[in-house]
Amino acid sequence: MSLSRRTALGLIGAAAAAPRVAAQARLTYTLAPVQIGDGLWMVEGATEYFSKFNGGAIVNIVLAQGQSGLILIDSGPSRHYGEALASVARGLDLRGVSAVVNTHHHPDHFFGNQVFADSPIHALGETQVAARAEGDAFSDNMYRLLGDWMRGTEVVPPSQVLPGGAVSLDGRAFEALPLGGHTVADLALLDRQTGTLITGDLVFYNRAATTPSADLPRWQASLDHLASFGVAQVVPGHGPLDQDGAAIAQTKAYLTWLEARLRMAARDGLDMVEIMETPLPSDYASMGAQPQEYQRSVSHLFARIELEELPRAN
Amino acid sequence: MSVRMTALAVTLFGASMVQALDDPKTPLQDPMKSGMWDYHQIELLGDPAQIAFDPRVIVRAPTAAENSLNVPLLVDASQIPDVKRIVVSADYGPIPHILTYYPEQAQAKLALRFKIDQATAIRASVETHSGAWFVGSTYIDAAGGGCTAPAHAYASDDWEEKLGEIHGRLWASNGRARVVVDHPMDTGLAGNIPVFIIKSRSFETDAGDLMARIELHEPVNEDPAFSLFFAPGQLDGVLHVKGRDNNGNRIKGVLSESDTH
Repeated sequence: MSLSRRTALGLIGAAAAAPRVAAQARLTYTLAPVQIGDGLWMVEGATEYFSKFNGGAIVNIVLAQGQSGLILIDSGPSRHYGEALASVARGLDLRGVSAVVNTHHHPDHFFGNQVFADSPIHALGETQVAARAEGDAFSDNMYRLLGDWMRGTEVVPPSQVLPGGAVSLDGRAFEALPLGGHTVADLALLDRQTGTLITGDLVFYNRAATTPSADLPRWQASLDHLASFGVAQVVPGHGPLDQDGAAIAQTKAYLTWLEARLRMAARDGLDMVEIMETPLPSDYASMGAQPQEYQRSVSHLFARIELEELPRAN
Repeated sequence: MSVRMTALAVTLFGASMVQALDDPKTPLQDPMKSGMWDYHQIELLGDPAQIAFDPRVIVRAPTAAENSLNVPLLVDASQIPDVKRIVVSADYGPIPHILTYYPEQAQAKLALRFKIDQATAIRASVETHSGAWFVGSTYIDAAGGGCTAPAHAYASDDWEEKLGEIHGRLWASNGRARVVVDHPMDTGLAGNIPVFIIKSRSFETDAGDLMARIELHEPVNEDPAFSLFFAPGQLDGVLHVKGRDNNGNRIKGVLSESDTH
C-alpha cells in the first residue's frame, strides 16, 4: 500500500479538524427586518468589508409590500443569504417574495438571485449584460473571500430589463431612476407610497464607498440628481437609514476628497504604496471598512488619474 | 498506525535526500516559509556564498492585490551601503524575475508595479559591489491571473499610436523622478500573444552620465510606472529616459522639472 505524504498528513490532521467542520455546518445569517414605512422594511448590513466572519452580510436589503407578495430590492451575497431572506419575507407575508430588483451587478447585490429564480428579477439592461459578463469572475473571488458561506451559490443574472420612469412592480408604484457612476448602470428607486429613496450603492453612509467599477464624474452627477429629490428618507446601499439628508452629501464629499487627494499625490510624484500609507482625515478614517476601501480605491483609480496629471515627456 | 508511521518515515527520508541535492551553499531560514526560496537563491541569484535576510531591505506593498495586473511595490534598500543591483522577484508565478535595478548614482530605492499570478512572497535581493547579498521580503495575497491575462491595451484600437508615450517629471528639491511609459508588456503567457516587452531602461544626464538603469522582465505591469529617488538637489537639469523593447522600438523621452502638459 502506498500512501502519499499529503494523505498521511491529512490523516494526522483529520482528528484536529473534526470540531471545525462541525462549527462550519452552523454558519447562519441572522437577518432582522426593521419597518421603515408603510409596507416597507430594511435589512441592514454590517458596515464592513467581506469576511469569513460576516459571511458577506454587509449590504442593505429592502422589502416592499406588493399585491401578491413582497418586492425584494437586492438579494445579498450568496445562496445561503438568499434563503435567509426568503425566510424573513415569509415572516412578513406568508406568500413570500413576488418580485426581485437588482440595483447593480456587484455580487453582494445579486448573488442571492438563484433562490428567487421563479420570480421576475428586474434590473437595468446594462446591469444584466454586466452581470452575465463579470458574474463568474466575481463568483471566484467571493468563494475565495467568504469560503463555506458561498456553498452552492451559482450566478443567476437578472431576467427582466426594467425601463426608467414610472414603473409598477407587483402593483406597487416606483419611480425608476436609471443612473450610473458607481458601476456602468446603477438603479435607484423612489417608492411613491412612502417617499423613500432606495439608492443602491450610489450612496454609502458611514461606510466608505467602493470604487472597483467607478466613473467618478458620472457618479457625482448621479448624486446631484438624487439630492434634487429632497426626500425625507434615504436607504443607502451600505450603512444606516438616513432621515437627516446627510448620506448623499457625505458620499459626495468623500468622493470629492478622494479624487482631490489622488490628483494632488500625482502632482507631488508619489507612488501608490506611499499614497496607501498616508493616513486618512478623521472624518473618513472613522467610516466602516477603512482604511481597506481607501487603499482599494488607490488601486482602482490612481493609474488613470496619474496619467492625466503628469506632463508628457516625449 | 504502522502504515501511517512507515509512510511518514519514507516521505521524510525521501524529502531529506532531495533537499541535500538542492541545498544552496548558504542555507537561510526563510521568514516567509514559502518553500521556493532555496530554489530562487540558486537559480535567480546564482547561489551566492554571502547572503542573509536583512531588515534594512524594506519591501512595502498592500497585503492583498486588489488588481492583479497592477500591484504596487516600493523597495527601499537605502540603508545598505554600496549597492550594485536589486533583484525583485516573486516566489510563485510563471516568471519569477520581475526586474533588476542598478541604482548607479541614485538611492537604492525604487517604486514599481507588477502583475501577480497568485498569492506569493515577494523579494528584494540586494547585491553590494563587494558581492554580499541582503534580502528583504513581504507577502501579497491575490486572486491571481495577472500574468496570464491579455493586456488592456488591446481593448482599444489606437494602442499602436500610444506605444512608447512617456509621462513623467522631476522634483529636484526632494530628488524624485517619476516616469510612466505606454507599453503592453505582453508576457507571452496569454493565448496567441507573443512576448512584447521593454527590456531595458536607462536614465542619463544631459552630459550622458548614467544615473540609473533598470532591466525589465515580463511581470512588470502594462504601462510600466517607476519612481526613482536621488539626493535632494542632486538632479539639476533634466533626465533623459532611453530604452528599447524586444521588437526594436526605441523608448525616448526627457524628464524635467517643468509642470506643463
